[in-house]
Amino acid sequence: MSMNTQGRPTAAGEAGDSFRPKTFTGNRGLDMEEPLIFEFGSLETTGVDLDEDEGAEFELGSFRRTAEIGLPGLAEPEAMRHYVRLSRNNYAIDSGLYPLGSCTMKHNPRLNEKMARLPGFGDIHPLQPVSSVPGALELIDELAHWLLVSTHMTAVAMSPKAGAHGELCGMMAIKAAHTANGRDPKIVLVPESAHGTNPATAALLGYKVVNIDAKDDGTVDLDALKKTIAEHEGNIAGIMLTNPNTCGLFEREVKQIADLIHKADAYFYCDGANFNAIVGKARPGDLGVDAMHINLHKTFSTPHGGGGPGSGPVVLSARLAPYAPLPFVRRTQKGLELVETEAATKDGEKPFGRMTAFHGQMGMYVRALSYMMSHGSDGLRQASEDAVLNANYVRVGLQDLMSLPFGERPCMHEVLFDDSFLKDTGVTTLDFAKAMIDEGYHPMTMYFPLVVHGAMLIEPTESESRAALDLFVATMRDLVMSAKRGETERFSGAPYLAPRRRLDETGAARKPVLKWTEPEPAQVTPAAAE
Amino acid sequence: MRYLPLNDTDRGDMLARIGVKSVDELFADIPEDIRLKGLLDLPKRASEMQVERKLSAMAAKNVSAGSVPFFVGAGAYKHHVPATVDHLIQRSEFLTSYTPYQPEITQGTLQYLFEFQTQVARLTAMDVANASMYDGSTGTGEAVLMAHRVTRRNKAVLSGGLHPQYRAVVEGLSEMAGDKVVSLPADPTGTEDILSQIDDETSCVVVQSPSFYGQLIDLKPIAEKAHQHKALLIAVFTEVVSLGLIEPPGTQGADIVVGEGQSIGNGLNFGGPYVGLFATRQQYVRQMPGRLCGETVDAEGKRGFVLTLSTREQHIRRDKATSNICTNSGLCCLAFTIHMSLLGQAGLTKLARINHANAVKLKKLLSGVHGVEVLNSAYFNEFTIALPKVAADVVEQLAERGILAGLPVSRLEPGNKDLANLLVVASTEVNSDEDRAAFAEALKEVLA
Repeated sequence: MSMNTQGRPTAAGEAGDSFRPKTFTGNRGLDMEEPLIFEFGSLETTGVDLDEDEGAEFELGSFRRTAEIGLPGLAEPEAMRHYVRLSRNNYAIDSGLYPLGSCTMKHNPRLNEKMARLPGFGDIHPLQPVSSVPGALELIDELAHWLLVSTHMTAVAMSPKAGAHGELCGMMAIKAAHTANGRDPKIVLVPESAHGTNPATAALLGYKVVNIDAKDDGTVDLDALKKTIAEHEGNIAGIMLTNPNTCGLFEREVKQIADLIHKADAYFYCDGANFNAIVGKARPGDLGVDAMHINLHKTFSTPHGGGGPGSGPVVLSARLAPYAPLPFVRRTQKGLELVETEAATKDGEKPFGRMTAFHGQMGMYVRALSYMMSHGSDGLRQASEDAVLNANYVRVGLQDLMSLPFGERPCMHEVLFDDSFLKDTGVTTLDFAKAMIDEGYHPMTMYFPLVVHGAMLIEPTESESRAALDLFVATMRDLVMSAKRGETERFSGAPYLAPRRRLDETGAARKPVLKWTEPEPAQVTPAAAE
Repeated sequence: MRYLPLNDTDRGDMLARIGVKSVDELFADIPEDIRLKGLLDLPKRASEMQVERKLSAMAAKNVSAGSVPFFVGAGAYKHHVPATVDHLIQRSEFLTSYTPYQPEITQGTLQYLFEFQTQVARLTAMDVANASMYDGSTGTGEAVLMAHRVTRRNKAVLSGGLHPQYRAVVEGLSEMAGDKVVSLPADPTGTEDILSQIDDETSCVVVQSPSFYGQLIDLKPIAEKAHQHKALLIAVFTEVVSLGLIEPPGTQGADIVVGEGQSIGNGLNFGGPYVGLFATRQQYVRQMPGRLCGETVDAEGKRGFVLTLSTREQHIRRDKATSNICTNSGLCCLAFTIHMSLLGQAGLTKLARINHANAVKLKKLLSGVHGVEVLNSAYFNEFTIALPKVAADVVEQLAERGILAGLPVSRLEPGNKDLANLLVVASTEVNSDEDRAAFAEALKEVLA
């Protein structure tokens, strides 16, 4: 056995590689099992020191709470350790490549976080006097300017709280415009490759969703579109189209599509989830788009935060601009004005209503502007180019082994494979994804879009270095070869090395346990009681 | 550019590997005539220091709540958030993670969502809570749509004590979806007759307590009347701290509880991001909008958590989904959960008592100012006063004296003469006796 200079052994002992002790705690070194706060917190404990003077007078009428709440407290060190331990069971952009197609897991600069926490942004109230927040209006106006220039659109509704909320806003603007024109069309066209939020949004507003067919390459079939429009003449409210689409391809005939839609007195809603591919390369305003939401948490790097908060400003064409919802910042010769109510609107402003209380996701506006200013016009274009370059680099690295449903052609910011390369291997897309976890990667988006079988949608983003991509490609190739060699065990039971093995999702849905409840006290048998 | 790892050598080599001469060949699908030739008409890249300077200068023009005596509430509240909260939510593993679609490597997010759901269910005394909505106002809109699904009716009755902007969200959504809304007139004192509005066509009654004006409302008779007509009671709150001291909506008969959770763990942020709390009874869980986290086991029998009941959701059900919502307010939930875990019921109760005591103190001071009338009999940390002058003017004059005094109701309800002199004021734990004294003193001067 070799020793270091202090005389300590530097090699493993006798046990050998395969021995894994069954630990008393269930922990495995740094990999910790952590109970729920309800299982170790105490109703007496609090980790917040408050003033002793609680007041003795109550003006609560008869509404004072009598029952216990049942919320345990933790002292500060307990809380710190609990949540740090939980955090370590999460995969994150900061710890590895996160190639979730359509989700755009790019680097989240910490400068953005610092800026959003300036007291002048983070500690201002949405309803304090407008005269005390000129800098807030300036920030909103400045971000609006950056968004409008990037998209070449007329107006922007800032307040939607996430992408799906932005879709709702855009479609409400479209509905309002039809109503103002004395029309009431009932149909919204949505291709099958769309995000689920598109049909859900249209349905929420009472529209009937009609599918439009795709060509073999995943883009909209113009002839089919013409036919569908003719079939429903006069009854089409609009089309909801993602461009670049969810197959990672740019709709080449987007202008023809827009023209057809406009001729049918309908509007073109563009799902902007993939705007990050084309910022600085093309502008939605030049494509005939009437409304498009921008996911600030995708394209402009505000953090995903484990599922929100997002932010989904909607840019609008001149035809829809008058219907932008409250509130908005109006630029006048005297400066910026905040318009919060119908009463404050002027000629030509016909807001359809309001999407949310207050002014939207200010905290996200600050982060997005910080990101956009950092990049500037040159950096934004470079970021789009690098995102597309990286996706194509992955494509050519894998296309001989994996299967491209639409042939070997350039993709935009994400590359779509189907599962035909796994045919006869006994390995499914899901298995393959789970095996990636053992290799230290977050899986790509799988089984979406629905238009190809066993879809795997890979979006590396511009944040990855060439070395990181090389290792990723090499790993994917190794997995594919392994699957083709019939090493199914590596896949069927994966992940083996994550904090958890595969979880029983069917069982979870069959009998949902959605909160913690006190376990029943163990039955005391008479024998044990003696 | 500091965020981009590729250098020009990389780019050249990679393009060669791909087999194209320039990156523009990769954009060839974009028709030539719409491809941008030059740069966008925006400034070029900026260093970290330049960005920091520019944004700091903007921020500095705003008066932050912590820098003055501050009494604005009306749906968003200035509270003290422990430093631990902000540290923990900035852990990379929380901040830069996606929605937990791969549960094996996102147990951190899933476990805190499970803790969050349990906390919200207990606070509201409801059976189940979801993993959050965008905020209280959009949550209220979703609650009304859910009630329509449950009852198969489409008429909502909104109390005049509902936050005017919440009302606007519900009205807008309902109008677009072709549903009916009956909105009662503004009700500062909590004396409206809402019972007579409930009939056999009503799907739900939406009542806020504490109301927008601060008044505590007895939900029990409303729940009773609603249930007689097979309608649902949707109970709304904007100040979650109140649940530390007042009877929860769940024990008063609410069927859906929706509220704003910003007060716990989250800063003011000029209105967002916030976190919508949403809870209901077990029998309605499959009609609920939003993400739900559930307990299960893994292949080795270890406890774990997953997103569940997703057959309600848009990515599975598409146009048949219960809602179009996709993201929730993940990180804001986490902030809520951590702050609530630190407080525990012991801390929350105390915090709520201090808030109430501060409001009682403020009420006493302000009601001593000549011409000021307090409109509320029972309230938590907020109440409405009637002034002898237009409230908006008074607020401006107080702002000039360095005091941010509350919300003039007319800002959200313009054109209603009866409301022009009303001011909604809040006093949380952040206000000192000196702050309150300064407010009362300045008000005296302004009204003199």
